[in-house]
Amino acid sequence: MSEAGSQADRAAILGSIRRALRRGPLSGAARQAVDARLADPPRGPAVGRAALAEPEKVALFCQWAEFNNATVARVAAADVPGEIVGYLARNNLPAAAAMAPSPALEALDWASQRMLTLRHGRGEGADQVSITGAFAGIAETGTLVMASGPEHPVTLNLLPDTHIVVLREGDIVGGYEEVWQRLRARYGKDAMPRTVNTITGPSRTGDIEQTIELGAHGPRRMHIVVVGG
Amino acid sequence: MALFVTCLVDLFRPSVGFAAVKLLEEAGCTVEVPPLQVCCGQPAYNSGDRATTRAIAAQVVEAFDGYDAVVAPSGSCAGMLTHHYPSLFEDDPAMQARAKNLADRSHELTSFLVDVLGMTKVAARYDGVATYHDSCSGLRELGVKQQPRRLLASVEGLELREMTSPEVCCGFGGTFCVKYPEISNAMVGEKSADIAAAGADTLLAGDLGCLMNMAGKLQREGRAVRVRHVAEVLAGLGDEAPIGEPGGSRR
Amino acid sequence: MQSTARSFKDNVDTALADPNLQDSLSKLKVGFSERRRQAAERLPEFEALRDRARDIKNHALANLDFYLEEFERKVTALGGHVHWAPTADDARRIIADLCRSIGARTVAKSKSMVAEEIGLNEHLEALGIAPIETDLGEYIIQLRHEPPSHIIAPAVHLTKDQVADTFLEHHSKLGFTRRLTERNDLVAEARAVLRQKFLDADVGLTGANFLVAETGSSMLVTNEGNADLSNTLPRMHIVLASIEKVIPTLEDAAVLLRVLARSATGQESSAYTTLNTGPKRPGDLDGPEQYHVVILDNGRSSVLGTEMQDMLRCIRCGACMNHCPVYGAIGGHAYGWVYPGPIGAVLTPQLLGVEEAANLPNASTFCGRCESVCPVRIPLPGLMRHWREREFERHLTPKAIRQGLALWGFMARRPRLYRRMTALANRLLALLGRAEGRYRTLPLAGGWTRFRDFPAPPAGGTFHAQWRRRKP
Ligand code: SF4
Repeated sequence: MSEAGSQADRAAILGSIRRALRRGPLSGAARQAVDARLADPPRGPAVGRAALAEPEKVALFCQWAEFNNATVARVAAADVPGEIVGYLARNNLPAAAAMAPSPALEALDWASQRMLTLRHGRGEGADQVSITGAFAGIAETGTLVMASGPEHPVTLNLLPDTHIVVLREGDIVGGYEEVWQRLRARYGKDAMPRTVNTITGPSRTGDIEQTIELGAHGPRRMHIVVVGG
Repeated sequence: MALFVTCLVDLFRPSVGFAAVKLLEEAGCTVEVPPLQVCCGQPAYNSGDRATTRAIAAQVVEAFDGYDAVVAPSGSCAGMLTHHYPSLFEDDPAMQARAKNLADRSHELTSFLVDVLGMTKVAARYDGVATYHDSCSGLRELGVKQQPRRLLASVEGLELREMTSPEVCCGFGGTFCVKYPEISNAMVGEKSADIAAAGADTLLAGDLGCLMNMAGKLQREGRAVRVRHVAEVLAGLGDEAPIGEPGGSRR
Repeated sequence: MQSTARSFKDNVDTALADPNLQDSLSKLKVGFSERRRQAAERLPEFEALRDRARDIKNHALANLDFYLEEFERKVTALGGHVHWAPTADDARRIIADLCRSIGARTVAKSKSMVAEEIGLNEHLEALGIAPIETDLGEYIIQLRHEPPSHIIAPAVHLTKDQVADTFLEHHSKLGFTRRLTERNDLVAEARAVLRQKFLDADVGLTGANFLVAETGSSMLVTNEGNADLSNTLPRMHIVLASIEKVIPTLEDAAVLLRVLARSATGQESSAYTTLNTGPKRPGDLDGPEQYHVVILDNGRSSVLGTEMQDMLRCIRCGACMNHCPVYGAIGGHAYGWVYPGPIGAVLTPQLLGVEEAANLPNASTFCGRCESVCPVRIPLPGLMRHWREREFERHLTPKAIRQGLALWGFMARRPRLYRRMTALANRLLALLGRAEGRYRTLPLAGGWTRFRDFPAPPAGGTFHAQWRRRKP
């Protein structure tokens, strides 16, 4: 496709839009209004359940996560590796996992769990279990927010059969808008990581007779370890 | 106040009009029936014939000029007046103002009785188990849902038993039922099964078009369900021959 | 995809006579609407959010050129590319060129209605590039060479047994030789087959639910996770989206997300909502090397500023078809093209021409259930009526209806004549129908009496005749 051709196509679409709207490119006050709206995005109607205080917020997150077919365990930081090994054993899963190369995860006391074999890196097609952190949890719907980057490959969220997520209580927010704020604070107003996956429970499909089956393409089990303190 | 009889009631079921008059008079209204009224214009409106619709609407606006309230025993005709007339005259501010004025004065019968007149009960008796179909325009344009049920609850001897999907369309749709008879039939067939499953001996609704459609299907299927307009039962005219059954009018 | 909207009436007959379809539809009619109702009830702010969702889309449409340019600027700044496609032809050409530029042999596709709209699969196949549908429903119908019958549940017309037969036919050569009977086994088998295809694919092609101008992100909402595999594993990610998908900010996305899943499936949230912004970054262990967004117009811009503009608010949730009694009777294929149900009845005449799709906006009772559930409050019956008006203006309305209307309109505007004619008709109908109380056949009313009786009026005259007698 030639550069000139694509410029003409661009002009054709934008011109057609402006003709239909009976105006030229936005200017003056109209332009200022949309610029201002982008610079300081207005929020929609407040959602009551997204505005709970601290302990209720965490409880609400757990409640909706379970509603959406995830399982949840609430433990202290020191007990995270034990909880994960216990979860794998309870579910007859192999004691081996691909883990996100994140300093926060690696700082946990894995040495205490000799049975567990960890591989650090991205997800591969044959992985059974992955362990990742999360950028945030959204109480409103029990949703996890994963920001991609060297410490959190996207493939770990998707390829394994079982996804175990370690989430700090302090990273649980009320609603989506707080996640956007945190993303802006972390990556800059106009920047984003390559991928932000917000994930609510395990993968599912209702495509056969509208009956929900878990584990369509992504994980069929999601276990969330909420870390207190 | 004025009664908008509606063309179907005029032609096929005059007792609905008299039931409406009786209910309104018992509530203390002085009811007039302006002689120049015909139809609200929906057949043309829903067929895309805007010019004819406007002509008819202008006539209706004229016919009901000056009455403090205009009441129709039909959610669909009342909805036409309240929700659609003003938009027909976007290029004619004077006429649009009159259409808006009519819209503000127009009401569906049961909602007028309950919401405007504050009626909470009627003095009527009907021996039977009834199920109530929520006709679409009344329900979704005018919010007619609790009003007829509220009044029916006061009818002696009547038990109301809801069907599974009272809010799903019966497949009438004015000219739709003859333009797409197969689809309409599938819809009314499903409605008929839902009515039968409710175990009622009487079907009530607030719109004659829907009632004729459902009565015709129930009768074709040989189901023993009596079909009546809700106004007839509320006015104590429940011994009229049901819709589509033989027997003359009592008047 | 070839339209059969012209033969709508024949399609209807076929649909009504298909027992498998009718079986599937009977489940759809109760399932989706009940789940949506419960989800709406769980969120007290739902109606306020719908108002806001409508306002956001209206604002975006009123400033569409600005937000598209803003979106492009952000994508480009992050190393992605935006391509503008005025027509379906342009979009097909752009995508094919992109695929060929890396010598692609297979494309992992996640469900995209816009890709259906432009007939992308046929085009790629003709060029020797294999498109692989990865959404389970789309995959099933791709194997069966059928079009989708629903915008969010493309295989909703099929039963489990039909799926089992299809899988046996196509998977046995891959070593899956047992005919399955359980849904979870069918899902597992499709997962295994498709997993390898994902790993092998050169290009991942997805649609987008929203394009966020503020960040240059494309936003995708799915339940299976197939779209995420499509945008993560292959070397190139192509997003295909139409112009009206752009919204201003992430805050706006939050509002739209809150109404989308609840309206579509009755879920609190879909399983995966993903924001993709540009290609793989330095240090990333996965992700595509190239990120392209193809923005398609295909006639949409000409709808702006007209009485039909509201249709561009659509967020493709499918609620209107889930609640439509006509869709519930005939399913999606009868509508004859990509978009079925009430939104199809307003969109198809726009995209294919009202001559082609003349039946669709007429095949509605205007029951209004679609409008009552649409998350962005599109006045679907009103838009269908506008199409009927255009058909009437262009004399596309069937002759018999035009003539009947003309006669009726003539009388309705002459109340005295009308009174005399109805009195006559009333007397005749009452007299002839006296014995039975109804008619089993009636001249000129064959459409009615083929399926139901026609109630006769009781004797005594019209209401107006009786009223005159009562009040002298
Ligand atoms: S028209 Fe409304 S209800 Fe129908 S798919 Fe679009 S957004 Fe959903």
